[in-house]
Amino acid sequence: MEILLGGILLGGTYALIAMGLQLQYGVARIMNLANGEVLVAGSFSALWLFTGAQINPILAIVLLAPGAYILNYFIYQIFLRPLVKRAKSEGQLEVDSILSTFGISFVFIGLLHAIFGGEYFNYEYLEIPFEIFGQAYGVNRIAAFLGAAILAALLYIWLTHTRSGLKLRAVSVNPSSARLVGINVERTSAMAFALGGAVTAAGGSLISMFDTFDASIGVVFTMKALIIVILGGVKEIKGTIVAAFILGFAETAVATLIDPGLTLAAAFLLFVLVLLFRPQGLFGRQSS
Amino acid sequence: MTRTEIRNFLITIVLFALAALIPLSDSGFWLSMGITIATYMVLSTSWALFSGPTHYISLATGAFYGIGMFTVGVGIEVVPYWGLVIIAAVIGAVLAALIGLATLRLSGVYFVIFTLGLAELVRQIVTWVQTTMGSSSGLYVLTNITEPIIFWELLVLGIIVYFIGWWINRSRLGFALRIIGNDEVVAVHSGINTAAAKIILFVISGTVATIVGALLAPRLSYIESSIAFSPMLSFIVVITALLGGAQRLWGPIVGVIPFMLVWDFLTATFPNQTTLMLGICFLLVVYAIPHGFAGLIEKNSHRLRGRG
Repeated sequence: MEILLGGILLGGTYALIAMGLQLQYGVARIMNLANGEVLVAGSFSALWLFTGAQINPILAIVLLAPGAYILNYFIYQIFLRPLVKRAKSEGQLEVDSILSTFGISFVFIGLLHAIFGGEYFNYEYLEIPFEIFGQAYGVNRIAAFLGAAILAALLYIWLTHTRSGLKLRAVSVNPSSARLVGINVERTSAMAFALGGAVTAAGGSLISMFDTFDASIGVVFTMKALIIVILGGVKEIKGTIVAAFILGFAETAVATLIDPGLTLAAAFLLFVLVLLFRPQGLFGRQSS
Repeated sequence: MTRTEIRNFLITIVLFALAALIPLSDSGFWLSMGITIATYMVLSTSWALFSGPTHYISLATGAFYGIGMFTVGVGIEVVPYWGLVIIAAVIGAVLAALIGLATLRLSGVYFVIFTLGLAELVRQIVTWVQTTMGSSSGLYVLTNITEPIIFWELLVLGIIVYFIGWWINRSRLGFALRIIGNDEVVAVHSGINTAAAKIILFVISGTVATIVGALLAPRLSYIESSIAFSPMLSFIVVITALLGGAQRLWGPIVGVIPFMLVWDFLTATFPNQTTLMLGICFLLVVYAIPHGFAGLIEKNSHRLRGRG
């Protein structure tokens, strides 16, 4: 029971950050390895707003998300558009975007390190125990879960039930056909990338409510988000949500039953199993 | 061998012989710099053997290197040192084969993601094993192997890697790899077992990195998981190899020497900004010198010849 609830609470936040990455990889076709750093930048901004201006981390998202949207929009236009233009094949774009986003992620880490220093950070917000089935959970964790669930649900409804969401999905399925039906693929890709960044930064703000973080922890979140996206199937939004909860359960189970230091090993184990038995992801369709 | 091959072969021999003289003239800064350069020369060249033709970016170097170091650290009291180097090489080769089997049959992205987390994963497992076994987190490696000996060992390993690279380029395997790198679909249709070719190369590259780790263990004399599995190492290997040009066998060394000299200066001057500088280096390589120094040199020499 403890594992189940812990897994749900963790999985909710994972679902949100994985959806952010999915927008960038599935739609804009950029394997963004700086994703985790955007998340950590969100965490630091939330910390800064909370300690400096007493703005609570959930409200902070209203400020953070547009900021992250603009920042990621410019990152896409300045750094990644030239790569999309110069790439002769999808493989080439993949290699270039991986290297470039590595560079961007290191620049992020370096800047965060220079501004905030190398220590671990956390702040106390809503640290009130709340009992569910005889086990106490911090209210901050529950609030973070609810925040993530609401944002993820909004994003999901927007993607599946609006015209602009439909455009994004069309580009994700096939960019060249999307162009034929009058979709501006360049603009849609840039938007998807920027939106993905905004969602990720929002996830960072929520995570900062209950977790400690430092300038260099981003890569761990990048890994987790990538594993979730692959586990669910790259272009399947539902798959991503299910996969996020699977990872949440697996990590909580390993942390409570074996050792909290082995959560990454749990994620890797899932990853290897998928690669060996279902490389297209749990919900992905077999291609060619 | 053609005339140019003989010429290049002789140049290589002379350069290695000159490099081998370094420990005789100096035992301070330049020797330790020489070891660093030799380390990265071997690592980057072996990295490029695999990643150059296939375009798969491997970030597993740090994990293999750390495993090599730890193997020596764990067994030094029981097994003679050279036995440990061989055991480390075998462990590295087996691990590389397993990783290759799991990831190299699929698209390159999976491989990058897997190797990205690998060093951290191995570090977590090592730490966990150490805490559950109740042993201390550090290991002592006390041997009578001095820095000049380590330097010469690395040079010999470098020559072996060059020889392997030269041999692969001439063989059917090298030809197959170049086709895979240009177009994997074509390679599959011409009957090349693409997965096997990639796995063989990855095993070679991983084994060399593990041996380098094992060779450097006596230099540190005290090994801790956070030092052995440093995440920076894999990235510096990628940077130096791409900076020099991963498409040519001699490319990485052209990148390693200037990079390590500048890097040493920069990290000494701005010790807190290494990550930021590494990021800027990555961006420079991608946007300013996409084909590395080797690409620049070849372009210019073609131009010169074209005029003459």
